[in-house]
Amino acid sequence: MGPVLFHARGLTKTYHMGDVAVHALQGVDLDLYEGEVVVILGPSGSGKSTLLNILGGLDAPSGGEVHFRDHQLVGAGDAALTRYRREHVGFVFQFYNLLPSLTATENVALVTEIAERPMPPADALHLVGLGERLDHFPSQMSGGEQQRVAIARAIAKRPDVLLCDEPTGALDAETGVVVLQALARANRELGTTLVVITHNATIAQMADRVLRMRDGRIASIETNAARRDPAELEW
Amino acid sequence: MRMLNRKLRRDVLGLAGPLAAVALVAASGIALFVTLRSMRGFLAQSQADYYRDYRFADVFVLMKRAPASAARAVARIPGVRVAEPRLVFEAVLDVPGLAEPAVGRFVSIPASGEPLLNVPHVRVGRMPAPGAEREVLISEAFAQANRLGPGDSLSAVLNGRWERVHVVGVAISPEYIYELQGGELFPDNRLFGVIWTPRALLAAATGLESGCNAMALQLEPGAPERDVIEAVDRVLAPYGTLGAYGRAEHVSHKFISDEIEQNRVGAVVMPAILLGVTAFLLNVVLSRLVATQRAQVALLKAFGFTNNEIGLHYLLLALVPVAAGALVGVPVGFRLSQATAALYARFYRFPVSTIRPDWGVALAACGIAAAAALAGAAIAVRAAVRLPPAEGMRPPAPARFEAGVLDRLRVQRLLAPSARIVVRNTARRPLRAVAAVTGIALAFAMLVVSRYAFSAIDRIEEVQFQHVQREDISVTFREAAPRAALNALRRLPGVLDVEPMRVVPVALRHGAVERRTAIFALPATGDLRRIVDQDLRTHRVPANGLLLTTKLADVLGVRPGDSLTVDLREGTRRTVRVPVAAVADEALGANAYADLEYAARITGERQAISGALLAVDPRRESELYLTLKQQPALVGIGIRSAALRGFQRTIAESFQVMIFISVIFSVIIAFGVVYNGARVALSERARELASLRVLGFTKREVTTMVFGEQVLLTLLGMAFGVAAGYALCAVASAAGNTELFRIPLVVPVTSYAYAAAVIAGAFLASALAMRQRIRELDIVECLKTGE
Repeated sequence: MGPVLFHARGLTKTYHMGDVAVHALQGVDLDLYEGEVVVILGPSGSGKSTLLNILGGLDAPSGGEVHFRDHQLVGAGDAALTRYRREHVGFVFQFYNLLPSLTATENVALVTEIAERPMPPADALHLVGLGERLDHFPSQMSGGEQQRVAIARAIAKRPDVLLCDEPTGALDAETGVVVLQALARANRELGTTLVVITHNATIAQMADRVLRMRDGRIASIETNAARRDPAELEW
Repeated sequence: MRMLNRKLRRDVLGLAGPLAAVALVAASGIALFVTLRSMRGFLAQSQADYYRDYRFADVFVLMKRAPASAARAVARIPGVRVAEPRLVFEAVLDVPGLAEPAVGRFVSIPASGEPLLNVPHVRVGRMPAPGAEREVLISEAFAQANRLGPGDSLSAVLNGRWERVHVVGVAISPEYIYELQGGELFPDNRLFGVIWTPRALLAAATGLESGCNAMALQLEPGAPERDVIEAVDRVLAPYGTLGAYGRAEHVSHKFISDEIEQNRVGAVVMPAILLGVTAFLLNVVLSRLVATQRAQVALLKAFGFTNNEIGLHYLLLALVPVAAGALVGVPVGFRLSQATAALYARFYRFPVSTIRPDWGVALAACGIAAAAALAGAAIAVRAAVRLPPAEGMRPPAPARFEAGVLDRLRVQRLLAPSARIVVRNTARRPLRAVAAVTGIALAFAMLVVSRYAFSAIDRIEEVQFQHVQREDISVTFREAAPRAALNALRRLPGVLDVEPMRVVPVALRHGAVERRTAIFALPATGDLRRIVDQDLRTHRVPANGLLLTTKLADVLGVRPGDSLTVDLREGTRRTVRVPVAAVADEALGANAYADLEYAARITGERQAISGALLAVDPRRESELYLTLKQQPALVGIGIRSAALRGFQRTIAESFQVMIFISVIFSVIIAFGVVYNGARVALSERARELASLRVLGFTKREVTTMVFGEQVLLTLLGMAFGVAAGYALCAVASAAGNTELFRIPLVVPVTSYAYAAAVIAGAFLASALAMRQRIRELDIVECLKTGE
C-alpha cells in the first residue's frame, strides 16, 4: 500500500431536515491510501454519500477530523476547500450532472481551464472511449456516454482522487461495465486513487478494499486478494 | 473562463424567452425614463432662451391712464433698467368667417419700430411699416385657429367705433406664450388673440395721445423686485394702477411655469415610479432565474470554481438582458424625446428648439436598471453559493409540513386534489408567492397610474364645464355699469336668463403675503355660475365676508374666521378688512368669491356690476352673436362651448402624447412580468411536474395545477394592485398640485378594469406559451438531471 492519502478520525454528521435530525455519520475512522481502489457498500441512508462529500470538501462534518495528506480539511475556509477541490479532487455523480448547454469537449474543458496541469480534453475523452463524440451535446448522448463524459471531466485535471457516487446507478449492466472500465483505466494509467460508492456488491470485486457501512458507521473493511477487471463483472 | 462564457452564451440562447421579456421590461423602463426625463431640461432651457432672446419683461403694470411724466418717473426708480410705456386693452373683434364675436388684446408698437421689451418674433410677413397705422401683427395661435394671414383684415370696436385693421404679419411673443383672455382659465385661440398695433391708432382710440395705460419694466440684475414693485405702485397710485407685479404673477408665465412644473412631475415622479417598478421586476425575475440554476451552481463549486467566478458568471447573465434593453431603450428614448420635444415646441411656439441626446440621463437610466438587475441576481447567487455544494445538488429540503390555516379550517376538503396542491404550494412558499404577487401588483398599479391623467382631466372638464360654468355666454362691460344694464341684455335675441356679476381687481394681504387677484362677486340666488369643490359639493357665496379657494387660503395662510386686508384696485381704491367666511377646495384657479351685495358694501359702489352671465337658446345663438358684435359697451365675451373646445384642444396637445407613451410602456411591462412569472414558475417546478406525470397525472391535470397557481397569484396581485394603483395616483396627484391647478384624485372603476383586462390578456398569452412547454416537458429528462 502507498502512503496515506486520507486520514479521518471520529467523523460525525447530523442533518436537520425540517424538524427531523438525521445522524448521517456517527463516528467514522478511516485511512485511504494513494493509488488504491476502494468500494463503499451499504444500504440507502447508511452515510456513504455523506462520507464521500466530506472527503471531497463538498460538505463539512459536524465533528471529528479529516486530513488530506497534510492538509486539515475540517475547519478549512471556503476558499481553501475550493482550492482543494480544484487541485486534487475529481467527482463523478450518479446523474452525470453535465452542463446541458456545453458539448462533451466543452464540459471537460470547463474544468481543465481552471486546473494546473490538465490533459487536453480530447485526450480525456479518448481515455473513456468517446473520441468520436467530442462535439455532441449531453442531450444527444446516451446515459452511459454522458457518464463517461463526466468521468473524462473528472480525470482530465489529473486529480489525486476520483470520488464516484453511484456512477453506474442509472445505467444498465452492459453500459455500467464500460463506465467502470474507464474508471479502472484512470486508476491504472494515472495512478488516481479511486473511491466508488455503490449499492451493487458485484462491483466490489474490482476493489483493493471494500468498506461496508451501516447506520453511519463502518461495519467492516475487507481486503480483496486480487481485484478483477470490470469486464469480467456481471450483474 | 472561455467555457463559462460559452455556457453563458448558450444559457442566454436557451433562456431567450424569459430574458427577452426581462430585456423588454428594461428597455421600456429605460426608454420611458429617458423620454420623460429629457423633457424637463428641454422645456426649462427653451423657456429661458426665449425669454432672454426676446427680452421678456420682469415687472408689469396696468393702470387707468398715466401721463408721460409718470412713465419717466418710473424709469428713474432705482433698479429699473428699462421702462417701456405701452397701451394695452381688449376689444370685441369681428373676424371674417367666424360667427361668434372674438376678443382681441391690443398691444401698442412704439412709433420707433420694435418694442424694447416683450419683442414679438415675426414668423410670417413683416412688422407694420412706419407710419402705416392700420397695419397690425396678429398672434400665431389666433392666426392659425382662424386661418388668417398677411393680407386679411379684421374689424374691431375701438373706443365705440368700428375700425378696420390689416394683417401684415404673424408673430409670437414671450409675453403671450399662453394667450388667455382676462378671467379665463384655458386658452381659446379661435376667440381670443393678441394684436400688435401701431401706437398711433390705439392712442387715437383711447385718447391717450402722450400717456400710457400699461408699462413693462426690465430690472437691473440683482435688483430687489419687491422694492421696485412697491416704488412703482407709489409712483402710479394717482393714476389708477391695478398694482405692479412680477413674472411670478404674469398669467402666461405662470401657466407655462406650472406646466413645466407639472411636467417635472411627469419627468421625475413618473419615471422614478416606472424605473423603480422595472428595477423591482428585474430583481425578482433574475433572482428566480438564477435560483433555478441552483444545481449548476453547486456543480461548478464541486469542480473548484470560486464563489467570485460563479458570481461573476451569473451577474453577467443578469446584465445581458439589461444591456439588450439599454441598446433598444436608449435610442428609442432619444427618438421619443425628440418627437415629444418637437411637439412641445409647437405647442408652446418656441422660436427655436433643439434637443440634444442627454447621455447623462441615458447613463443614469441604464445604471439604475443594471444596479437593480445585479442586486436581484446577487441575492440569488449569494444564496446559491453559500450552500455547501453537496446540499446544492440535493433537492432542497422538504418544506416544513404542518397543517396550514386552510387545512385547519378544513376548507380544502371542499377542493379537488389538484386545487389542494395549488393552495398548499402557494402557502408553503410564501416568499416566492409574495414576490410573484408584488410583481403583478406593481404592474397592475402602473397600468392604473398610466391612465390616471385621463381620468383626472375628465374630472376637471366635468367639474368646470358642467358644474361650475353653467352659463352659455359671459360678457364683460367696458366700465362698471348699473344693474339696469341687465335689462338691455335680457332683451337681446335668444337670451333666456341673465345674472349679474362683478369682478373687482384687488390685492389680498395677510401678514407678509400678498396676492393680486380679483374678487368674483355673484348674486346669492344665482345659478349660472357655481362654486363647486373637488367632491362636487356646491358652495353658496357667504352673505358676509369672502369665500376662498382652499389653495388661495393656504397661500395666504388664512382659515375661515381669520381676516384679510383687501386693497381695492379700482373705483374708490380704498383698503378694507374683510373676514374669510369659508373655503372651497376648487380644482382650478385661486379665487376669491363674495356675495354681490357684500361686494357693493365694501367697494361703496351700490348697484355696480361689471358683467353678466347669460343662458341662451341654442337655436338663436348665431343671431345673438351678430348682435353682440355690435355692442360697443362690451370688451369681453366668453363662450362656454368655445372654452370647452379650447380646454380639450389644449389638454389633448399637451398631455396626450405623454399619456400614450406611458400607457404603451406599462402594457409592455405588464406583459413581461406576467409572462416571466409563469415561465419561471414552470422551470422551478419542472421536476415536480414531471414527478406528477410519472405518477399518472394527465397533461391536462398538470397544466391545471400550474395555471391554478398562477391564477391564484395573479388574482392576489390584482387585489393588491388596486391599492397600489390608488396609492401611485395619490402620489401623482399630490405632486401635481400647483396654484392654478389641483389634479383631482379620481380613479374610476374603468381604470382598474382596464388594468385587470391587460393583466388577464397577458396571462392568457403566457398561458398559451406555457401550455406548449408543458406538453413538451420531457418527464425522464427532468427526473434524471434535476434541472
